[in-house]
Amino acid sequence: MARKISYRQAINEALVQEMERDENVIVLGEDNAGGEGAPGERDAWGGVLGVTKGLYERFPGRVLDTPISESAFVGAAIGAATAGKRPVVELMFIDFMGVCFDQIYNQAAKFRYMFGGNAITPVVIRTMYGAGLRAAAQHSQALYSVFTHIPGLKVVLPATPYDAKGLLIQAIRDNDPVIFCEHKALYDTVGDVPVESYAIPFGEASIVRSGGDVSIVALGRMVAVASEAATELAGAGVDAEVIDLRTTSPMDTDTVLESVEKTGRLVVVDEAPPRCNIATDVAALVASQGFEHLQAPVQMVTAPHTPVPFSAALEDLYIPDPSRVVAAVKLAMEKGS
Amino acid sequence: MSAEPELGVQRVTMPKWGLSMTEGRVVEWLVGEGTGVRRGTSLVEIETEKSVGVVEAVQEGVLRRIVAPAGARVPVGGTIAVLADPDVPEEIVEQVVADAQVQLAAGDVEETGGPQLAVADVEGRTITATLSGAGPETVVLVHGFGGDKNNWAFVQDALSNTYRCLAIDLPGHGSSDKDVGDGSLEHLASVFSGWLEQMENGPVHLVGHSLGGAVAVAVARSRPDQVRSVTLVAPAGLGSPPDVEYLRGFAEATARRELNPLLSRLFADKRFVTRQMTEDLLRYKRIDGVSQALRQLLQTLLDGDRQALDLIGTLGELAVPVVLVWGAEDRVLPAPDVSGLPPRVSAHVVPGVGHMVPIEQPAQVVDAVREAVAAASRRPDPYQAS
Amino acid sequence: MSDTLEHRSAEPAELSADQLLDAYRRMRTIRAFEDRVHEEFATGDIPGFVHLYAGEEASAVGICMHLDDGDTIASTHRGHGHCIAKGVDPKPMMAEIFGRRTGTCHGKGGSMHIADLSKGMLGANGIVGAGAPLACGRALAAKLAGNGEVCVVFFGDGASNQGTTLEALNLASVWQLPVIFVAENNGYAETTASSWSVAADNIADRADGFGMPGVIVDGFDFFAVWEVAREAVTRARRGDGPTLMEVKLTRYYGHFEGDQQTYRGDEVERARRDFDCLKWFRTRVTTNGMLDAAALDTIDAEAAALIDDAVAEARSAPLPGREDLETDVYATY
Repeated sequence: MARKISYRQAINEALVQEMERDENVIVLGEDNAGGEGAPGERDAWGGVLGVTKGLYERFPGRVLDTPISESAFVGAAIGAATAGKRPVVELMFIDFMGVCFDQIYNQAAKFRYMFGGNAITPVVIRTMYGAGLRAAAQHSQALYSVFTHIPGLKVVLPATPYDAKGLLIQAIRDNDPVIFCEHKALYDTVGDVPVESYAIPFGEASIVRSGGDVSIVALGRMVAVASEAATELAGAGVDAEVIDLRTTSPMDTDTVLESVEKTGRLVVVDEAPPRCNIATDVAALVASQGFEHLQAPVQMVTAPHTPVPFSAALEDLYIPDPSRVVAAVKLAMEKGS
Repeated sequence: MSAEPELGVQRVTMPKWGLSMTEGRVVEWLVGEGTGVRRGTSLVEIETEKSVGVVEAVQEGVLRRIVAPAGARVPVGGTIAVLADPDVPEEIVEQVVADAQVQLAAGDVEETGGPQLAVADVEGRTITATLSGAGPETVVLVHGFGGDKNNWAFVQDALSNTYRCLAIDLPGHGSSDKDVGDGSLEHLASVFSGWLEQMENGPVHLVGHSLGGAVAVAVARSRPDQVRSVTLVAPAGLGSPPDVEYLRGFAEATARRELNPLLSRLFADKRFVTRQMTEDLLRYKRIDGVSQALRQLLQTLLDGDRQALDLIGTLGELAVPVVLVWGAEDRVLPAPDVSGLPPRVSAHVVPGVGHMVPIEQPAQVVDAVREAVAAASRRPDPYQAS
Repeated sequence: MSDTLEHRSAEPAELSADQLLDAYRRMRTIRAFEDRVHEEFATGDIPGFVHLYAGEEASAVGICMHLDDGDTIASTHRGHGHCIAKGVDPKPMMAEIFGRRTGTCHGKGGSMHIADLSKGMLGANGIVGAGAPLACGRALAAKLAGNGEVCVVFFGDGASNQGTTLEALNLASVWQLPVIFVAENNGYAETTASSWSVAADNIADRADGFGMPGVIVDGFDFFAVWEVAREAVTRARRGDGPTLMEVKLTRYYGHFEGDQQTYRGDEVERARRDFDCLKWFRTRVTTNGMLDAAALDTIDAEAAALIDDAVAEARSAPLPGREDLETDVYATY
């Protein structure tokens, strides 16, 4: 039975249900409870934005606060995963990957291959990404493309509360290391989420809206942006299909190619800067495997090649918005046959 | 649809087909302004996120005005046309139309007549259903393998004009508990009867589709006190060679790519398979316990490549009226030779329709139910008579 | 809390004859393995980078003698010795180094990534300083399970300057994890002397800053390592938290095979002549009559034969093929 809850609650509920189902699931990270060693309240924060609130009391000994020491505790989560635990470790902001990246891309990602298939590393690294909170250049990036580049990692970007719960449950049950990217501007969005536990398989894009004129491929927070654009376009007589990739590794290339085969036009919307991002990846996919179906050049709507600016006036220009998507679709509709 | 009999004017409103429907799009008006219609005449095709269905007239009259033309999106409960007796003055009709347009423009439409969710606890198991309509007779709709209460949305909407109407989620389905016990027909029938005892005081008219048809027959046999008539829509257990590829494939499919081609086998017209229908089924199938439940139920349905259930004998023994509807193009459970069925079963094979008669041709199901209810009312209720 | 000291050596009599023979066999097998890899590398038939452990055997074996199958170790780029000490089969190890499908990692890892999780060997590691956080994770899992298992992380003097190691020392102490940090100080991080690159007098001195005992050990003396490790492992099993051991020793070969070692003095000749751990062990156990020389000679011959077989089998083993290239990236696709 479904009811409306927030993206934040959906993530929390996934953690609760999986911790109840499997005692090997543990949660660790900076301030994931909050107040460790301090004179006041425990579970003071439940994570910097309250996502893990309430787990500390409910699962004694299984929610661990850590020093600010990402290499050590992300690495420890990875080590514990090789020992049969299913750690969900929080890298507070994706921007902090720089201080612990070796443990992720040289260790967790490669164990299985380097060790000839003789290891599993079922760790989930939850991390917050994206612009929109005026958090400036070191707390706002959309760095999922960097992880997507690394063989051995799975990369997940839920766009809705429903997907957040189902994809996190899948991430926890999955035997590979998963980078679970939560957009900080989505935490308060609300949607239908079943009470029951459910897992959404990786590598299956969601067709958010069916349409025959143009395929808009988006991910993460950009799915809502693309959908808003599609609604506006419908009023202008353009029937857009909106595809949410859901996971960038593995990526559902079939759904993208089938859609472009139907529509002949592709617009990709990606919050990351324009070089070597998911938009270029999808564009390359269609250019190499679906070129004969394209009736117009691929349009990419991305952030500019700059750090994320602080001032609201600038940040609002930085983030792709529906009007830019509409303009890109119109360009795609005008060009070609 | 709301009737205003004192004026002889009836607003035709956007129906609520299923709990989640909030608006619909007018696809095509099937009758023009000024046309006289009878109760049951198909008026308009409506498209929702999930499917396309037809709204029928619930009373006789003339379609005086179309408020929402083809292409219009209208919230549930919004007036889409006005039906009235020929002698109702034009200005009264105009007034109703004007009020409706003001409401629509303001987005001030109150949902009316939609189904309510009914949640029951049956021996520690949550069993859910939708409840709508009112009337002296109660009709209970029982979906098939992998289906749920929403399969009946069109049927329930139409029946609710005359009857109190319930559509259950069987164990393992919809939002009911996913525990199906041993998955046997007896188990399903027993949970159903326990649920019905909580919901209703007197006997009801059972309508079962596919696996739900077998459940209806089993309940009619085990608890004749609960049943006044049985309407079977493409039921399991009457000897059809089943599409095992569909049944097993449906139980195992986890991805849209696997599910979509299977779903098109359910319909004669595969345009009924919408993006939303696939999405809803995937959401259902992803829930923990559903795959196990479906596999368990397959054991009840299938014996190798044949049906494991045989209810033909039981059907002949039932004391209540039995009406049968089957789509002539059913590929999942093809219609058997109805001449081989007990002679007292009233059978209708509908051309151009597949397995999902309640979605493809809801009017046929509604007519069959009305036939069964009428037949039941012609004979004394043995329990009430005693 | 810190306890930095030159530690005494245990008496051989504290080990049974079987334990002594086992320890000697492990050390001799490592030496034979590494000397032979050195020779084979010179033929050009071993691909890639190879870092040899010869000279450091007493460290790996003195510590691993205290570990059970459930205990784990994290290792370094110089990992062959740790593998053999922890019970990894030398034959598939050799095949791995030759890049064969029959290798421990089916030819996908090579010398720097030999791992055998079934033996509690978490992998050699090509990244200096990467092992310590992972060891904390294994130890955390053990602590949560309450099973008394411990994890040993070996790292070099180079890694002792890495942030990962220092962060892990802190975390292990904060969480009171059953980890034993073993800094194998062989005097050089590649070509750079630890006397220059480590700002403290001793790596073990750093333990004080992380609230754990730090102990300096003579890495040429198996019995000294064994004794200190016994205490550290016992302490970890008891739930009393981590220990930092600094084992001072010398590597007999270069940083990697092919290293001309022009930066070095004469310490290798002196070590081989005066401090060699195998010679020292032999002298200790035969002088006091615990073992006779013939038994050790037999082990020497058996180890040599084992390595002969390992090389012969590795050379004749099949190479992995195209069908192996894209497998084992993920557990599920």
